Amino acid sequence: MKTADKTNFQWTHKHLLGLKDLSAQEIEFILDTAKGFEQISTRSIKKAPPLRGKVVVNLFFEDSTRTRTSFSLAANRLSADVVEFTMKTSSVSKGETLLDTARNLEAMGIDIVVIRHNAGGAPKLLSRSISACVVNAGDGYNEHPTQALLDCYTIRKQLGTLKGKKIAIVGDIAHSRVARSNIWAMTKLGAEVTLVGPPTLMPSAVDKLPVKISYSLDDIIGELDAINMLRIQFERMANNPFPSVREYSHYFGLTVDRMKKARPDMLVMHPGPINRGLEMESEVADGPNSVILDQVTNGIAVRMAVLYLVSQANQIVGQVKS
Amino acid sequence: MANDLLIKNGRVIDPLNNVNKVADVLIRNGVFAGVGDKFNANGVKVIDATGKFVTPGLIDIHVHFREPGDEEEETIASGSAAAVRGGFTSVVAMPNTDPPIDNATSVEYVHRMARQARKTHVYTMGAITKNRAGEQLSEMGLMRQAGAVGFTDDGSCVQNAAVMSRALKYASMFGDVVVSQHCEEASLAGKGVMNSGYQSTILGLPGLDRLAEEMIIWRDIQLVKKTATPYHVQHVSTAGGIKIIREAKQQGLPVTCEVTPHHLLLTEQCVCDYDTNYKVNPPLRTEDDINALKQAVRDGIVDALASDHAPHLQSEKELEFLAAPFGIASLECAFALYIKALITPGVIDWPQLIAMMTCRPAGIIHINKGSMTAGVQGDVTIFDPNVEYIVDAAQFKSKSRNCPYNGWKVKGKIEYTIVQGEVRYSSE
Repeated sequence: MKTADKTNFQWTHKHLLGLKDLSAQEIEFILDTAKGFEQISTRSIKKAPPLRGKVVVNLFFEDSTRTRTSFSLAANRLSADVVEFTMKTSSVSKGETLLDTARNLEAMGIDIVVIRHNAGGAPKLLSRSISACVVNAGDGYNEHPTQALLDCYTIRKQLGTLKGKKIAIVGDIAHSRVARSNIWAMTKLGAEVTLVGPPTLMPSAVDKLPVKISYSLDDIIGELDAINMLRIQFERMANNPFPSVREYSHYFGLTVDRMKKARPDMLVMHPGPINRGLEMESEVADGPNSVILDQVTNGIAVRMAVLYLVSQANQIVGQVKS
Repeated sequence: MANDLLIKNGRVIDPLNNVNKVADVLIRNGVFAGVGDKFNANGVKVIDATGKFVTPGLIDIHVHFREPGDEEEETIASGSAAAVRGGFTSVVAMPNTDPPIDNATSVEYVHRMARQARKTHVYTMGAITKNRAGEQLSEMGLMRQAGAVGFTDDGSCVQNAAVMSRALKYASMFGDVVVSQHCEEASLAGKGVMNSGYQSTILGLPGLDRLAEEMIIWRDIQLVKKTATPYHVQHVSTAGGIKIIREAKQQGLPVTCEVTPHHLLLTEQCVCDYDTNYKVNPPLRTEDDINALKQAVRDGIVDALASDHAPHLQSEKELEFLAAPFGIASLECAFALYIKALITPGVIDWPQLIAMMTCRPAGIIHINKGSMTAGVQGDVTIFDPNVEYIVDAAQFKSKSRNCPYNGWKVKGKIEYTIVQGEVRYSSE
């Protein structure tokens, strides 16, 4: 289904910092663009020329395997040159500020910065200070826009649309950038989103978000078209928000038993990496409802679309719009 | 005499003495000699204040001058120059320097640097606890003798209730010295960098729970009930905090509080672009909090207006929102900001505003200032309430520029800042 009319629509953003401020039409446009790129990955020569001569830097201040690899592949398939720049330590402890790092990279002539950072707003800070395009690959627990885009892409591909679909996001909502980007994208595209998890993993003022809240997965699982299981991020759990893994799994784990209450065609999703046996049993992760690996595959097309669009916007609109 | 001065024809507002009329003000030998209209002042230097307001020198009881330790951000000299440019003839420097002001020698150091700067009167508070660590009481008595005008661990809050209880008890033997608190319960505050609520949720930033402030205000007031020590709540920011203070005052407890310009003018909404110039502690709250603070100002519950001038380097404020330091540098535009927040919308009148910047803060720290009573040091601020100007941080005498009001159009221009009869700043 296409709601965006490509002939009349002009993508104007030279950065992709988040989905909160994008319109439904803009989100649809990215997904439509990704669809065009999807088949490149299935050809014997997996390359197209649109970013030839452009330099993309993966500026990662946090561990990442799939997102970084996915962005690298996406850039490669568009014929860009890709530079990896990984700093496990934060800029502060390293002694060089984020802005100085970025200015240095810019002085080397990069065109697109793909940034992952532990501080919410770091991509925004970067976008204000350098002239290259900035693509957010996850900032603190603010946003992870390309993850949500690939989630929506996967649902749209499987179910045709998100409009009217009932989708649950389960787990650590408070510390999840994936949840935030998913909430913005899915609700804008017309889905009915329910957040599920213990109150200690809900962010403050959660009732003001355009979503429903449930503390009981069993109560709602039967209605769902798709379920997105978030990873329990132990590194963000310093204050012990639930008593034990066992108790968490008892209430919120996606088990084989619990799957029996779900509709037979409910999509099972996970942004990865999975804690098998914690938020999801292996039989479910690898079962017939799982589209987890489709998500990974679709991520490349979505990221190709994003890199392509921001780069085009930078050329067309120049410095005028950001 | 060099320190004789006649200020003619200004509208004199001296709230302590209930003066609000066009009159002349005479200063002789650096002290007030009278307010009236028939002074025989041959040969005395005259300032024509026609059309301008003439008030006792403004007092800011909450500034950070960063010396010793962080002189690249501010020094007592640069902060003093900023103060007089902002119309302030007396300020109280906070002791969270490096090392902290937690002994008499450090108190004397602050005074010495202030004398050398020869701009504004700089008072200092001493730390409540040694090294501001919240554990052992500092030498309050010796600091008091050296001239400390109160005690606070500002920047940090004394977490341990027994330590705070002991501090209040111990300070009570000095009779009139105030113990001030930056009210923030650490476990609830966590690693928060902005107000906890919808905005922090959609920005993905750790929130600072408002209860962290309210809980400490409540706790300390229970302790004050036992000791009757004067207790001052610094930079109150929440409607809930104000409510607790209001009740304490109704019970007749010796509790005072101050409000900053940013908590009267800015909300958490300002953080939406991750601009670190809006990162401040206590954090910017909501419209409801602003309304509660203004109501409290109107009702006289708020005793003082204080800038919490907190200078920081641009390079620090250019960091990620999580990593940047808390603080806003506003000493040089604070007065115009209070006008914008409280006079322009008609919350209070001029005498009420001036009282919260002169005699009332002077009362909190027990200094004989803030009025034009004969014999009091001749500190005067002259301003034109109708002159509009654009805040330009590049013109600051402060060493720092972390000012979110840069570019704001404000009203109320400082014309002269006079300390002991001597013009220490003039706009010309």
